Amino acid sequence: MSTDTPDAPSDDAPSDDPPSRAELAARVDELEDALDEATSADDAKKMSIIATKGTLDMAYPPLILASTAAAFGYEVTVFHTFWGLDILHEERSKNLKLSSVGNPNMPVPNAVAALPGMDRVTTKMMEKKIADNDTATIEELIETSLDMGVEFQACQMTIDLMDYDEADFYDGVTTGVGAATALQDMADADIQLLV
Amino acid sequence: MNAEFDIAETLDVKGASCPMPVVKTKSATDDLDTGDVLEVLATDPGSMSDIDGWAAGTEGVELVDQEEGDDVYKHYVRKTE
Repeated sequence: MSTDTPDAPSDDAPSDDPPSRAELAARVDELEDALDEATSADDAKKMSIIATKGTLDMAYPPLILASTAAAFGYEVTVFHTFWGLDILHEERSKNLKLSSVGNPNMPVPNAVAALPGMDRVTTKMMEKKIADNDTATIEELIETSLDMGVEFQACQMTIDLMDYDEADFYDGVTTGVGAATALQDMADADIQLLV
Repeated sequence: MNAEFDIAETLDVKGASCPMPVVKTKSATDDLDTGDVLEVLATDPGSMSDIDGWAAGTEGVELVDQEEGDDVYKHYVRKTE
C-alpha cells in the first residue's frame, strides 16, 4: 500500500543490496512452513454439541446431527452432561423414557398423563413407532457415530453426581472431562449446539 | 441403468430412515477407488434432498445422478479423490 518510503529501513540488509539467492530460499522455506501450519490445523470443519437431555425424544437430535456431520467429514465432539449423560450409559440408554406430561401434542390430556404408569405407556408407544418405521435405535446411532469417529465425552462432574462408573459407558466414550474441555471445543468449532 | 457410467458397488439402504442413508453412503464411498460410482437404493423420500446436500457439502464425492422411482430412490455417487 505505502509507496512513499523509498528509503524504508531494512532490518538486516542495506536496501540497495538485493537479497541473496540463499536468503530468498530460506525465506520461501519459512513462509511455506507457516502456510502448512496455518492450513493443516484447520483443514477439517468442527462441530461441538452439548447434550443435556436424557428423554427418548431428546436423545435423538444430538446423535443424528453428530453422525451426519461425521459423514460430511466434520470432527465432532458431543459433551454429555446432566441427563444427557444417560445417552452414553450403556444400560440406561436402552431404557430412555418419554415423558407423557408437559407436551400438549400428546394424545392424552396432562391430567390423565400424570397418572402412575403413563410414562411407560407413552414410551412403549414411541418405541413401537420407532421399530415400525425402521428408525435407528439410540444404541445403533451411538455405535455408528463411534465407528465414524465422533468423540463422545462424559461430564466428570455428572458421573460423580449420579454415582456412575466409567465401566457403565459405551466403549470409546471419553471420561474425565469438564466444562473447560467443552468450552475449548466450542471455541474451535464451526458449529456449536446446545441440545 | 445409466449408460454414462459403470456402477462399481451397490448399497441397499431400503427401509432405513434419516440419518442412516447418508451415514451408510459415506461409509460405502470410503471403500471405493477414486473414480468409482456407488449406487444407493433407498426408500426414504428424504434421501433425495439429503444425499444431494451431503454430496454438495462433502469433499471427494460428487452426485452423478438421482432417480425417483415409484418405491425406490436411486442415487449415484462418484468418489472423486
